[in-house]
Amino acid sequence: MPEVELSEAAEELLANLWVMREEGNAACLPLSELETEDRDAAVPELLTAGLAQQESDMLSLTSTGEREASVVVRRERLAERLLVDVLDLRESVATEAACKFEHLLRTGIDDEICTLLGHPKVCPHGSPIPPGECCHAGAREAGKAVSALSDLVPGQGGVIAYLHSGRRQMMQRMLAMGAIPGARIVLVQKFPSYVFRMGERQIAVDRETAQDIYVRLTGGQPVRPPSWFPRPFRGWGRRFRRGRRGQ
Amino acid sequence: MSARARRFVSRLLMGFRRCGCESCPFAPATRTRKLMLFGSPNVGKSAIFNQLTGSYVAVSNYPGTTVEVARGQARVGDTLLEVVDCPGAYSLTPFSEDERVARDMLLDDPPGLLLHVVDAKNLSRALPLTFQLIEAGAPLALDLNIIDEAARAGLSFDPERLSTDLGIPVVATAAANGVGIERLRALVGGDAPAASSFVVEYPEPIESAIARVEELLGAGYGLRPRAVALLLLQRDEGMWERVRQADAQALTDIERIVAETEARYHHPLSYPLAVARQQAADAIAKRAMRSTGRQVRASFAETLGRLAMHPIAGLLILAAVLYFGLYLFVGRLGAGVLVDFLERQVFDRYVTPVATNLVESVLPWPTWSLLFVGEYGLITLGLRYAIAIVLPLVGAFFLMFAVMEDSGYLPRLALLVDRVFKRLGLSGRAVIPIVLGLGCDTMATLVTRVLDTRRQRVIATFLLALAVPCSAQLGVIIGLLSRHPLGMAIWGGVVLGVFLMSGFLAARLLPGEEARFYLEIPPMRWPSLRNVVLKTFARVRWYAAEVIPLFLLASVVIWIGELTHLFRLAVAALRPAVNLIGLPDQAAEAFLFGFFRRDYGAARIFDQVQSSEAVSGVPLVVAMVTITLFVPCIAQFMVMLKERGWRTAVAVAAIILPFAFGVGFLLNLTLTSLGVRI
Ligand SMILES: Nc1nc2c(ncn2[C@@H]2O[C@H](COP(=O)(O)OP(=O)(O)O)[C@@H](O)[C@H]2O)c(=O)[nH]1
Ligand SMILES: [Zn+2]
Ligand SMILES: [Zn+2]
Repeated sequence: MPEVELSEAAEELLANLWVMREEGNAACLPLSELETEDRDAAVPELLTAGLAQQESDMLSLTSTGEREASVVVRRERLAERLLVDVLDLRESVATEAACKFEHLLRTGIDDEICTLLGHPKVCPHGSPIPPGECCHAGAREAGKAVSALSDLVPGQGGVIAYLHSGRRQMMQRMLAMGAIPGARIVLVQKFPSYVFRMGERQIAVDRETAQDIYVRLTGGQPVRPPSWFPRPFRGWGRRFRRGRRGQ
Repeated sequence: MSARARRFVSRLLMGFRRCGCESCPFAPATRTRKLMLFGSPNVGKSAIFNQLTGSYVAVSNYPGTTVEVARGQARVGDTLLEVVDCPGAYSLTPFSEDERVARDMLLDDPPGLLLHVVDAKNLSRALPLTFQLIEAGAPLALDLNIIDEAARAGLSFDPERLSTDLGIPVVATAAANGVGIERLRALVGGDAPAASSFVVEYPEPIESAIARVEELLGAGYGLRPRAVALLLLQRDEGMWERVRQADAQALTDIERIVAETEARYHHPLSYPLAVARQQAADAIAKRAMRSTGRQVRASFAETLGRLAMHPIAGLLILAAVLYFGLYLFVGRLGAGVLVDFLERQVFDRYVTPVATNLVESVLPWPTWSLLFVGEYGLITLGLRYAIAIVLPLVGAFFLMFAVMEDSGYLPRLALLVDRVFKRLGLSGRAVIPIVLGLGCDTMATLVTRVLDTRRQRVIATFLLALAVPCSAQLGVIIGLLSRHPLGMAIWGGVVLGVFLMSGFLAARLLPGEEARFYLEIPPMRWPSLRNVVLKTFARVRWYAAEVIPLFLLASVVIWIGELTHLFRLAVAALRPAVNLIGLPDQAAEAFLFGFFRRDYGAARIFDQVQSSEAVSGVPLVVAMVTITLFVPCIAQFMVMLKERGWRTAVAVAAIILPFAFGVGFLLNLTLTSLGVRI
């Protein structure tokens, strides 16, 4: 939690330092490369907040700064996802809008947004989103707008929002099989394998693949899951469970 | 004869045939044309092929089984069609062996007419491939197949509309029932359609990249430059290789253009391309397809299909399939009734005595007559084993397998076992070779091609060689152990345990990526009798061509071995190993036979037990376990060499030989020291 409210410029600088590291560059930034306003306002702000440290001419993050920066980056990338997946903005526009938007998302809200979006792993540009507490806690609450296919309940469906795959091959494979953003999709079952339906076609995938397909949910209620059992046997499972609970 | 007279004669001769003079042998073929069937798996390409050519092709429900390319001829009017059935492909960019074969066939040997076969009810998902084929530039027609199922799902189509929108001829068929086949014949036999002028518009940066790449490309790719450019933009390895060879000087420029375009997007370019194609496809499908909204009640087959995917019901169904299909049908009926009849009635009563008399009167020299009718003779042993013991068993298995395949059960089994198979380093897709291995491990080793990584192929090859008994072995084992349920349970437990354990270890030891699983699940359908019979027949024919020569060769080798006493030496050399696992001397012979083919060794034990009860009780179970695990036979070894390379093949064989005897030894030790009586 930020003890001090940082200015927009300071947050920006904080995030930049973090991203530089993420991209594999040096972990510190020569002050001379900064713009004058930053050097005069943002740098002292970070230094006094104990988020950055200065050695001779080089600026680098402290361990608190490190943590704080990842939260800022997380908010920024979540904001991008929100704009692209839910509001359906084009990616190029989304980046700029997200920058402004990001500052409005305060801690606490960002976990809610993350949940709403189904705990996405990457931003629309493919950069990883630092996971927050919500992502670990197995928080798979209702009320999401976008969700990984693996988190749906059988019978629930929507429209494919995007595919994420570290493995290019797998993504192309799914695209070729017709799992394309915009396609309507319904989850049929989760165990022992994930089976989803697109139109009249049924496709089975494993858990890893189901986690990479993100679905924009339509309608609140899940459709009644297709029943496994022929008509005469329907409802027995439920009756049985209710009976046991009653005991 | 004038053409008219010929046609008249032909009409007289062929009058009883539905197709009339069209396929008559008298009419002169004034032109020949190559017709290529293209489309994703399970859309009925093989069924169409059968309808057009009237001859056999592997009709299959499992993506990937039509690895071998079927070719046949058809006659329409005065056109002779050479029909080629391509392996199933979802797109022009290949991901699997099958798709690579299909794409290369299209590129290297451009057809006179390309027929894109689609499952009508999935039209909008199939159209992106139609677009890619239009882009490729070959004369194209579209076949809306399985129109009967679409109608039952309440969908109706406007082929005219589709035809105008796409600029190519469109025909609707239900190949399984022969509906629309006449129209299809007329279409593929008529004049080749003009190239379509339909184009999918891609987003701007991609369109301009296409234009720039097209300018740099020379001719001679078998595809239109636009299609080549699109494949290059999707980083299609095969196409880059072709460009590297044909247009090497343009390579750096093309590379630059593609890299620039890629930098404009955050995904591989296949992503925006796929999205653009799908949008166009949805728009076209919407105009050509209408849903009458009539929803039909789930059929029994559908309900069964759904139950087969359920974790518990699915296992029950699997148990039923194993019991009825494998145990009762293959084991009791095939190994019991059929083998008994062929052995006792046909061979013992007629073939053997007649052949013996005949040979001995023609060849009065014992050395030579032994080659044909001796203890290991070509007829009395080679042919008898092949025809009376092995073929009925394998035939029964292939029949069962064909039913499983054609009904759509196998993909459901695949999704059921995927989680377990992942532990073994395989994906659910590997059920196809593994289950087929229960019929013939040699054929199954060939089919491991459907697996998409080398690691999976190696593990599957290894497991097939080690722990998957082929149907001849299974039949013999069921035949011998069915009276000893405990023995059967021990055998089953040990083999299954070895299968799981060695797979688990192999997955640990072999480096490589985790397998991923994805598989289209076709609707559960009643298998068509015709397909099942044709397919079983073709597999049995393949199998007979494979085993009979080997069995005969084995007879000759043993005959030479007998003459030179080498055979006895080899048996003597194996004897200590056989005795070590508690088996009597005769068993050594069976193991030696096992080198030729696994089924051969199993058949030998069967023969020995039937004739003398030489092996029974614990030693019988130990022998059965050991011979199940024992070396891959020569045929399988040859296929392993060819498909996996000599290093893998030799390593697999070298692991298995001591391992099988080790397991046999331990099992014998355990059973005897526990005092188990069977
Ligand atoms: N109902 C129906 N089933 C069909 C039709 N055509 C093929 N099939 C079935 O669909 C399944 C797959 O067909 P197949 O020819 O193997 O497809 P391929 O993989 O494209 O060669 C088989 O079970 C066929 O019997 C059709 O027109 N109507
Ligand atoms: Zn981003
Ligand atoms: Zn989260």
